[in-house]
Amino acid sequence: MTSLLDLASIVAIAAGAVFYLAGTVGLLRFPDAYTRLHALTKADNLGMALVVLGLLPQAGGLLAALKLVLVWLLVMLSSAAVSQLIARSARRRDAVQ
Amino acid sequence: MRRRWCRASAMAEFLLLMAAFVVLMVALGLVRVAIGPGRAERMMAAQLLGSGAIGALLLLSAAVGEPALVDVALTLALLSAFASVAFVKFAVKQDRQAGDEGQAQ
Repeated sequence: MTSLLDLASIVAIAAGAVFYLAGTVGLLRFPDAYTRLHALTKADNLGMALVVLGLLPQAGGLLAALKLVLVWLLVMLSSAAVSQLIARSARRRDAVQ
Repeated sequence: MRRRWCRASAMAEFLLLMAAFVVLMVALGLVRVAIGPGRAERMMAAQLLGSGAIGALLLLSAAVGEPALVDVALTLALLSAFASVAFVKFAVKQDRQAGDEGQAQ
């Protein structure tokens, strides 16, 4: 059972790391601000979510796991708000030019 | 001698490796800060750095068995959100001024 949970952790965390890789590659390679933002939010949401999901079985107890979920929810909330704000700022900049 | 702070197991080593990988990735993403071209792109790289650092801290916390690092990650999440909101307030104000000047000319 423990090794099965460990395996699930390893798979989820590795997938999360792949999303961080995808976010970086997208940020460097995509042509304009909106597509770059798209890559960034994938790294933010999916990368972080998969890392937290993989860490849940490794957490010491219910309270520690709950805290991890809370961190994840806060990051989701702030990254969603911030990507809206950055997109609006980029749009306004394009409108001014 | 076994180091006391480190759970010497394959899982801990894997978690450390993944933390290092995530930090390397967001460090590569910082190239976008250097090449720009706009302020929004630079801020996106900072946002990626923030979320990558939070992920790496969570991984590190599980790897070395130090629950306090989760609090560090939480603080970082708060600070990176504040930094981005401050940037947007500043950029919107400046763009509005630039727009007014453009219309006046």
